Amino acid sequence: MHKKVIIIGSGPAGLTAAVYAARANLEPLVLEGSQPGGQLTITTDVENFPGFPEGIMGPDLMDDMRKQAIRFGAQCEYKVVDKADLSQSPFTIWAKDEKYTADTVIVSTGASARLLGLKSEKELMGYGVSACATCDGFFFKEKEILVVGGGDSAAEEAIFLTKFASKVTIIHRRDELRASKIMQERVFENNNIEILWNNSVEDILGTKDSGVTGVVLKNTVSGELKEMSCDGVFMAIGHIPNTKVFKNQIDLDDKGYIITKPGSTNTNIPGVFACGDVQDQIYRQAVTAAGTGCMSAIDAERWLEEN
Amino acid sequence: MADNVIEFNDQNFDSEVLESKTPVLVDFWAVWCGPCKAIAPIIEEIANDFNGKVSVGKVDVDNNNQVAMKYGIRSIPTLLLFNNGEVVDQVIGNVGKESIESMLSKAL
Repeated sequence: MHKKVIIIGSGPAGLTAAVYAARANLEPLVLEGSQPGGQLTITTDVENFPGFPEGIMGPDLMDDMRKQAIRFGAQCEYKVVDKADLSQSPFTIWAKDEKYTADTVIVSTGASARLLGLKSEKELMGYGVSACATCDGFFFKEKEILVVGGGDSAAEEAIFLTKFASKVTIIHRRDELRASKIMQERVFENNNIEILWNNSVEDILGTKDSGVTGVVLKNTVSGELKEMSCDGVFMAIGHIPNTKVFKNQIDLDDKGYIITKPGSTNTNIPGVFACGDVQDQIYRQAVTAAGTGCMSAIDAERWLEEN
Repeated sequence: MADNVIEFNDQNFDSEVLESKTPVLVDFWAVWCGPCKAIAPIIEEIANDFNGKVSVGKVDVDNNNQVAMKYGIRSIPTLLLFNNGEVVDQVIGNVGKESIESMLSKAL
């Protein structure tokens, strides 16, 4: 199949690009990826996206964006891109056995949850270790759980999990949270949340049969190791950009984020544009993603007119 | 729910799943779980592709505590593959269609 515009990724960046590209009569194809709707589908209330004075549920917001894109003629498919040839336009994209070509490509693949990288973490993922509080918190009623991390996600998840857990302990490797002030306040005010400062998780204990039974913590200041029992561990230590597929083709910075020319969504490849978290490690908000999504559709439209 | 995806619940689980003559793929989900919604269209496609060979259905864990607890569900989405009343295989998380297909093919 050949398209004028293929959008890879379906979070706020990709879907906003889809709305604008569709309204420019470019009939874009959105290949939604392995997490259709993006990171907002694993959160609950989104209170800071403008236009929603009472907030809106993340999955609902993304559902609406998808419907909006489809309304104007975008085609959305549940396909995961695993290979791309971006040497020059027209570009070729593969999703398993399906092959697509496109005059322009908008990369909006976002970022995925970073994990500690422990063998025990992988082994017990789904058996007490989780990277999705909204999915799995339900299964920890009256249990004691840990949330690893110190940013807004960790704070949000910890607060959310107090709805189920009897006790939530935040494990953070430093002595202050980097979460926004309002989230920090909410964490400190919550009697069901404790914070263990200057600690990192060295190992997770338990088996698939027993589930998680505890962790081994390392004090980041003294180096001292100690065991702590718990029933679950939720990871909230940040994200890594989803750019593996584009390595050695699109210019990436040292952390794997796509480099875009300031003031535009242009990558080093003419006809390839990037928007959303995949090219942003500073702001990483749904609204900034939507903003750059719009820009990339306009950049793509202009490029098509000139080429 | 699509035609070929059955709604399993605490009441019909024994008859529809444990006593089924064919293998049964059970998708544990909940309405508030984003990744569960993401995997839903794939489950529908699997149900159509394996129609007649594997029975496919979903359990809403919110309303069917007994079944979820009986099988120790601790994370969703969880897909359990049953054959002759026993769990013979499983995958946890939003895995791709291929992983599910290969799990089913092994049982057939």
